[in-house]
Order: sequence, then structure tokens, then C-alpha cells
Amino acid sequence: MTALQRAFTGRSAYLLIAPAALWLGLFFLFPMLSLLTTSLSDPSGSPVYGYELTWRLQNYGEALADYWPYMVRSLFYAGIATAICLVLGFIIAYAIAFKAGRFKTIMLVLVIAPFFTSFLVRTLSWKLILADNGWVVETLKALHFMPDDGRLLATPVAVVAGLTYNFLPFMILPLYTSLEKIDPRLNEAAADLYANPAQRFAKVIWPLALPGVVGGTLLTFIPATGDYINASLLGSPNTQMVGNKIQALFTTAGDYPHAAALSVILMVLIVGMVLVYVRRAGTEDLL
Amino acid sequence: MSLADGARGDLRMAGLHKRYPNGFVAVESLDLVIPQGSFFALLGPSGCGKTTTLRMVAGLEDATKGTIHIGDQDITHARPYKRPVNTVFQNYALFPHLTIAENVEFGPKRRGVKDPKQEVKDILALTELTEQAAKKPAQLSGGQQQRVALARALINRPEVLLLDEPLGALDLKLRRAMQVELKRIQEEVGLTFVHVTHDQEEAMTMADTVAVMNAGVIEQLGSPYELYTNPRTTFVANFLGRSNLIKGTVLGREGSGADEVVKVDMFGTVVSINASRVHTDSKEGWIGIRPEKVLIQPEGTAIDAPGDHFSGAVVVSSSYIGVSTEYVLRMPWGQELMCFEQNTGRRGGLLQVGATVDVSWRPDFAFLLDSSQDAEAGLEEE
Repeated sequence: MTALQRAFTGRSAYLLIAPAALWLGLFFLFPMLSLLTTSLSDPSGSPVYGYELTWRLQNYGEALADYWPYMVRSLFYAGIATAICLVLGFIIAYAIAFKAGRFKTIMLVLVIAPFFTSFLVRTLSWKLILADNGWVVETLKALHFMPDDGRLLATPVAVVAGLTYNFLPFMILPLYTSLEKIDPRLNEAAADLYANPAQRFAKVIWPLALPGVVGGTLLTFIPATGDYINASLLGSPNTQMVGNKIQALFTTAGDYPHAAALSVILMVLIVGMVLVYVRRAGTEDLL
Repeated sequence: MSLADGARGDLRMAGLHKRYPNGFVAVESLDLVIPQGSFFALLGPSGCGKTTTLRMVAGLEDATKGTIHIGDQDITHARPYKRPVNTVFQNYALFPHLTIAENVEFGPKRRGVKDPKQEVKDILALTELTEQAAKKPAQLSGGQQQRVALARALINRPEVLLLDEPLGALDLKLRRAMQVELKRIQEEVGLTFVHVTHDQEEAMTMADTVAVMNAGVIEQLGSPYELYTNPRTTFVANFLGRSNLIKGTVLGREGSGADEVVKVDMFGTVVSINASRVHTDSKEGWIGIRPEKVLIQPEGTAIDAPGDHFSGAVVVSSSYIGVSTEYVLRMPWGQELMCFEQNTGRRGGLLQVGATVDVSWRPDFAFLLDSSQDAEAGLEEE
């Protein structure tokens, strides 16, 4: 047993965990319980006077019946954004890990750089980029890739583009971490053992990058599914995601019980999907 | 089991040249023929170009100029995965996510062998890894990983097997055992092995032919015995074992044919060196003699050698290492010579530091090298 291990056994271990446990208890467990009770309360109450806990399970059925299209749309948009992020992120992470040479650090800083400005401001600037008279739309029209009355803003394309942009760094970083650990000699060994470039990718690089793929897709897919900023700034009423609905139910409609029920459904759905996904990827021990 | 079936040929490199983009020339116009079925060692210090040569043969590095052939087949610009060549990498480069059996069957599967189970079984038996088949590389010891790397390459029955410092990561005892093992396997499968190493003992133990490389060129090529007993350059003399190099002035030649000798004046004593062991045409030269060929006796006692004889040497230091004793002697002209003496007990006890001794060696063991070469070349280079 090392000195470090000795220091972390017995009472001192609990003392060290205590601050974090307290923090999580206050700001995670308690709100979760509050959310669960609200989701089972009578919706006839109001945010101002409170809701009565009546164990009203119908809230869930009603939320699902009324809002399932938003749920499906969220999963669909987030799925597409995650897939695009995976392709783009893999290429970028691979380039940084194996081809960047002395530019490695600079490229990594560039990946993280967007975090220095607000999420909201960056998404708003996409509104300008994709605007009807913005340069992207004008160029596409000039090149006849787009009809003259076509637009990008307020379309699903804009929402997915926004999601892809905003969550790409969360894909790149775990992928880079996995790829960077791969010994380049494994690639050489595979080439020496008659594997062509496609086989080297499929048999060596991809399996070894799998922990990063799983980590990256989770870090992208989960927040993208619950996101509402992109849909509300870049989309239209027809592109609203479940996050928008939850937000509207909480803030404008004041229907806390249904909002809470919808939140819980979303959470259970995502946790369930993640468990299946991780098990199928066979990387439980790597998470 | 014989893996060496089918027609094969020698590995031939002609004018092979490697210049890196930064201008560094790693290999300079290398001409080399490695006979089919031989165990060939490329020996040299780090940075001498031996690994670059190997990587060019494997196709992992592009040749700047020159050609590489196996038999009649030009493989100079072939993609690595299209060459009948396999490599045992320095740190093995085993696939960490695959089991030992999967690592070994990687090559056959890529070549389209449908069910290589029997071959895998055979090669695992040959390399004594049958028990480890289902394990992952990380669960194996260094020696076992080394054998997996060997099995993974051997199963493909390459025309040439390249070994890049394959034993470098093992401890001394295991390295010795694996040297014998590798040699046994090579004899059993009869493939051409090209072994790159900086360890002269390793090269000499295993290889039929050794090429000593330095600064991108081959200094000398031959059997270990030839290289050791008759080195042609100061680099080889120092890198392969140790040598005493003493300045001498060439007086002239005598005799003819196999008996032709070159007379050299060495600080007042005329020594004769067989012409086949003379590797310079200039007036001056380095007279070389291996330390274990130097015989010493206390002053005035007879030395049991019909050879060149010097008196007035003084023992400067002695280190007793059990099987032998290493003496450093100061010669009358001030130079220090090494003398390794077997502890046969013949003299009964060691010579004391400060003792005056007579020195002698048989003339047929001496060699003469070019005096323009650095007497320190090949020293302290690992």
C-alpha cells in the first residue's frame, strides 16, 4: 500500500468526499426530487401558489401524447448533428494527433477557443451568417445551389448546423485523447502485415479510437438532444425541439407538472439509450 | 515444419540512398546483397542508418535513390502491404485490442487466407505460445511479447524477415536465451533474417554475416570471425570488441603470395604484418592488436610466444573480473595498452600495479589500419 493509498483510507476518505457529496446533495439530488414531485403534482395549481402532490401519473401520459413529435424531432436533429460531428471531429482529431506536428498545440487551442465567448453570442452570430441576405445564402443562390426564394435561417438545416457547430469541440477532444494514445507504429505494423489503408482504419485505428468515439458521441448527443437555444435562435416554430417545449411550459404556460414530466421522460429516455449504446459498443470498462 | 517453400531469392540493395527533408543523409549509396536463407546482421551505433535501411526494405520509408530487389522482383516503390517482407518491430507494436491468436492471424487474414487456424496453431507451438493464445498482449511478459511479434511476422512466411533491435527491451538473461531461440527458429524455418542491432555480441552470436554500419555506409562485411580478427577500419576495430592501436611507420614489403608481409617500425621495434591484414597504402599506419592477444610476463621471464617483443612496460592498473584480469600497461613510448589475461593460474597470482613487464604478441594476430582514420572511432558509441 502506498503512502497515498494510506492517506485515503478510513475516515479521511469520507472527509475528503464530504464537500463534493454535500454539493451534489444540495444542487443535484434535491432539485431532482423536486422535479419528480412536481411531475406528479396536480397541474391545476400555479407556480406562485405551488402545486399539490397528488401522484398524478396521467401527467406523463399527457406530456407524451401532446409532445412526442418534439421528442422525436430532438432525437432526430441531435442524431444527425452527432453523426456529422463524428465525421468532422474524427478527421480533425486524427489530423491533430498524427499530422499536425508542431502545430498540435495551436490546433488544440483553436478547438477550445470558442469556449472563451458565450454560447449564446456564438449562436446569435450564426443567425447573421445564415440570414436571408447573408453571404452564405447569397453565394449559394448565385451558384444556383439554392432557389431564389430559398432560405437557410428558420429551417432544420440551420438548427442542425448550429447544433453541429456548438457541440463539435465535445466530439473532438475525447476523440483526440483516444487517437493520440495510439502508437503510430501500430499503423506501420498493420501495413507491414498486408493491411491496406482502409483495413488499417477498420482493424486498428477505429477499434482503438472506440473509447473516444463513445465518449464523444455521448458528450455531443446528450446535450444536443436537450438543447433549445439553437432551435429557438436559428429555427422556426416548425423546428422546435423538446427543450423548447419544456422551456415554454415552464416559463410561458406556467405548467410546471407537465414540464417536469416531459423532463423526466427525456432523462429516462436518454439514460436508457446511453446504457444500450455503451453495452453494444462493448466499452463499459473504458468509460 | 518448413516455411521456406517456393522459389525465393537474395535481397539486393543497389545504390540505396536516403536523404531526409532536413538534409540529413541517413544511408549513403548502399550496395548490399543478403543471400537467401542467411542470418544477416546490420550492426552499428544509433543513428548509423541501419534502421532506416531496414525501414526502406519494409517499405515504411521511401528510398531517395537506388533500388531494392528480392530475387528478380523490384520492390523499391512497392507499398508496404504488397511486399513479401515482414518486420519484428523494436517495441513489438502488438495490437493491444486483439488477443495473441488474433494478432498472429492478422497477416494471413489480410492476405485472404480463409481459415488460418492450423497455421496459427503451428506457429504458436513453434514459438511456445500455445497457452497464451487467448490472452491480450498486456497480460504477457516481455519475452512472450517478443515471441508474439516474431510469430506474427513468421506466420506469413515472408521472403525476408526484418528484425529491428528485437531483443533491445529484454533484460540481459532473457536476451541471451532469446538469441539462442531466434537462431534455432531461423535454422528451423530457413528464411532470410535481417537483424538490426547495436549490440556487437548479439550480432556475433546469431548472424552468419555481419555488416558493420557507420554514418550511413557499410564499413565492413564478413563473418563474425573475420570481422573480429581482421578489421579493416579503426571504427570496426573499436566497435567490435576492443583494440590497441599503435602508430607505426611502414618500411616495406617482403615475401610473396600468402607469406607476403609488411614490415612496420613501431617505436624502434620492427614488426611484420601479413599482407592480407594490411589495410592501408600510406607510409604511416595504426598497428592493431586485440587486448587478449597481448601476452605479458614479469621482466626477464620467458614469454611463450614467438613474436614481437617489447620490454620496459609498466602495469598501470589491473581489474580482476574472475575469469580474466584486465591490465592497463604503459609502454616505454608513453602509450597505454590494454591486456586481457585469462586467469589460468599459470603464473600464480596477479601482477602488481607498478611492476615492470615484458610484452609480446604473435605477429599473425596484428593488423594494420589507415593512419588517417580516427583511432577513437567507434569508441563510447552505443
